[in-house]
Amino acid sequence: MQWLATLKAAVRTPRGAVGLGLTGFVVLLAVIGPHVEPYSPTNFVTIPFSTPSAQDLLGGDTLGRDVLSRVLDGGWVLLIMAVAATAFGVIVGGAAGISAAYLRGKIDGIIMRTVDVVLAFPSLVFALMLVSIIGPKLWLIVLAVGFAHAPAVARVLRSATLDISERDYVKAVELQGVKPAKVMRSEILPNLISPLMVETGLRLTYSIVLMAGLNFLGFGQPPPAANWGFMIQENRIGLSSNPWAVVVPAALIALLTIGTNTFTDAIARVAIGVDRRPEEAALIDELVAREAA
Amino acid sequence: MSTTAPAASETGLTTAPVRLEIQNLRIELASSGEDVVDEVSFTVRAGELLGLVGESGSGKTTVALALLGHARRGLAIAGGRINLDGEDLLSLRPAQLRAVRGAKVAYVPQDPSAALNPTLRIGLQLREALNCHPGAVEDVEARTVEVLQDARLDVNSGILKRYPHQLSGGQQQRVALAMAFACRPSLIVLDEPTTGLDVSTQRHVLETVRALCRSYGVAAVYVSHDLAVVGGLVSDVAVMYAGRIIELGSTQQVFNFPIHPYTRGLLEAVPSPDRSEVLTGMKGQPPRPGRRPKGCSFAPRCSYAVERCSIESPAPLHATGRLVRCLRASELGAGALAARGTPVPVSLTVSEPILQLNELSASYGRHAVLHDVNLQVAPESCTAIVGESGSGKTTLARCIVGLHANWRGQMSFEASPLARGMRGRQIELLKRIQYIFQNPYTSLNPRKTVSQIISQPLEHFERQLTTREREVRIARVLADVSLGSAFLHRFPDQLSGGERQRVAIARALVVEPDLLVCDEVTSALDVSVQAVIVELLRRLQHEHRLAMIFITHNLALVRSIAQTAVVLCEGRVVEAGPVEEILEHPSDEYTIRLIKDVPKLTPGAKEP
Repeated sequence: MQWLATLKAAVRTPRGAVGLGLTGFVVLLAVIGPHVEPYSPTNFVTIPFSTPSAQDLLGGDTLGRDVLSRVLDGGWVLLIMAVAATAFGVIVGGAAGISAAYLRGKIDGIIMRTVDVVLAFPSLVFALMLVSIIGPKLWLIVLAVGFAHAPAVARVLRSATLDISERDYVKAVELQGVKPAKVMRSEILPNLISPLMVETGLRLTYSIVLMAGLNFLGFGQPPPAANWGFMIQENRIGLSSNPWAVVVPAALIALLTIGTNTFTDAIARVAIGVDRRPEEAALIDELVAREAA
Repeated sequence: MSTTAPAASETGLTTAPVRLEIQNLRIELASSGEDVVDEVSFTVRAGELLGLVGESGSGKTTVALALLGHARRGLAIAGGRINLDGEDLLSLRPAQLRAVRGAKVAYVPQDPSAALNPTLRIGLQLREALNCHPGAVEDVEARTVEVLQDARLDVNSGILKRYPHQLSGGQQQRVALAMAFACRPSLIVLDEPTTGLDVSTQRHVLETVRALCRSYGVAAVYVSHDLAVVGGLVSDVAVMYAGRIIELGSTQQVFNFPIHPYTRGLLEAVPSPDRSEVLTGMKGQPPRPGRRPKGCSFAPRCSYAVERCSIESPAPLHATGRLVRCLRASELGAGALAARGTPVPVSLTVSEPILQLNELSASYGRHAVLHDVNLQVAPESCTAIVGESGSGKTTLARCIVGLHANWRGQMSFEASPLARGMRGRQIELLKRIQYIFQNPYTSLNPRKTVSQIISQPLEHFERQLTTREREVRIARVLADVSLGSAFLHRFPDQLSGGERQRVAIARALVVEPDLLVCDEVTSALDVSVQAVIVELLRRLQHEHRLAMIFITHNLALVRSIAQTAVVLCEGRVVEAGPVEEILEHPSDEYTIRLIKDVPKLTPGAKEP
């Protein structure tokens, strides 16, 4: 499988290893966290903004809840929502971009002008607008963030598709009278794996930042629930008494985005062209094999 | 070992000083130290041209770049000397090397349209080339005009103010030549500079190169896979195979009396417009660096190979006025190239045409490309469409298969009219007319295996087939194009150019069409591979009783494959009829010029 090979090659680069390591660390923390937290994240166990102690390793928050427990509990919802929003954005944007480029004409015009309109709004403002009209529902935030990504994804995949749909192997299949939907699915899509992977990684990074931002502004899970974005917001007044309550969730969000971004960068670097000339391919394969050994 | 090209002593006339001397050049894969090029030695005298020929992957471009002190990424120049006017280029520091490049060694790239900066005017680019070597030229303006005249470009036509895209391909290549000769270098390296040009333009550019080298005493190394081009141009030729020079001598000697079996194979693969014969190509492909067999690298493909060849590595021998690297050189001797080949059986059957075009005119937007083209293709015969680039031959093919719908006139297939675009055609019709694309590097989906690529049209056109029946059909068609079942699960980037084109042919043939349209199917391939593919098509056309349209710019190929031909010039048919008649008694001026300009394997044929 092409995408698996690309992933493996990306992991083998130093850049990819660091990126995957960072991402893996934060994801692991968010997934295992809820099962190992010392206290309930919503119980008042200490004095508000108390400094770290043996009982509360990261001290207390604005209401005297255990910061460590809240950190361990506050990541997984954010992660799931970011992944869901990314998937939604890439699928919708990808489908729009590929069809616009391949079908051309009126459809291209309609899709791309819609994309232009959506792109005119900053994505956070766009998400905020939807959320303030309909209300802070989690599914709506996912859709809003995903939808905010779709135009950029559509742009990138449209230009990639424009190039591929002029290739002779696409013409060869068109000459048989194969239906456009099938041409896009079986001839064009497999050749878009590299840009798709890069775009997915990039959008995931943005999704995390957007989600955390929306949470920070209070559009997210309702208050007693722990959430990294909202923790920064609720604890920032006590920054001088117990900085850990702000620094740790902020650092985790930063690490996660740096990790996904670095890994995406590694993928982008690995995913160089597939249609290499044989002698060149032989040379590069030889070099890669030797570097690996 | 001796490094002097024997040609010089042989004629006894050349006393020009040696400009370039290469000794035991070795280039390795930087990571593993395996040799890509090894034991390469030759000399070039002032005013002489040396041809460096071989198939792709033979290492000829690697050697050419080394002459500029450059190695591609992943490669390293590991040993040897490159003496230019007595100075070893390989011992220079990077800054010194930069000063030498452009001033003393110049490079003419393959594709001038990619090498010239599209945003700069020609005059500025030429001045730039001169100005980066301060002191090399006193009067930059005067020199600019001078080199353009040298390259036979009209300075008064305002060419200095033009941008590259406003020039034709031939003019662009002349500008690249002018830039290379601007600083009056000692050595010029030409990397297949005429590949993208028409035969006529090509001939003119080659004449310019030869004249410039003569008059300025420049040594030139000309890299090419096209032996016919090299034959008429260079004084000495070095044939490369698997990173070594396997035959080196005067062009006259080497091309007329080749010794090394590889040289013989290459020469036999070159089509000629004078004879119609079965082309013999070479099976297999050159071994990759690090995968070279023990003994002689060519042994696995060599029909003269004996047991000794796969054990002993041949050392270069002096034999009849040349160096040759073959264990059996003395036995094989310098046989004149046998009055070659089996003539192609010609059979002209007069019957109802399978495809008929009447007064077909086509255009892109408002720009008319074809004017009133008439064409008939008889069943079970091959019609060649010949023309230079821009003559409209590819547009004609695209109209026939339905890729281009903007045409007027009549086109009928088995006496029933054909719809303009493929969307208007019956599925049965789409199946019966198959098209093979020019470039096998872009016509196969890089994400699909050979088996998926060939079974795709079957799944579409013949849905009634079971998986088992499909497999049988695929196996049969793969055998037809001489590919084994080992290829089934390979991806296109694991195949060579020739193998890719076979897969493309198999994809077209698997649905058992009646008309096959081949659009320049060999232009992206080596000469040796071209011969194999043309032979394959000829055999398949006969066996499958196909009608075929063979589009080419290479008149020499036409004779080997087609029975009738149509010559296109600027979208009009200027001549049509049986191939023999057109090639032997051309009536149209354009055809006459086209035939005259075809590069022929006539070494030493030089004009004063």
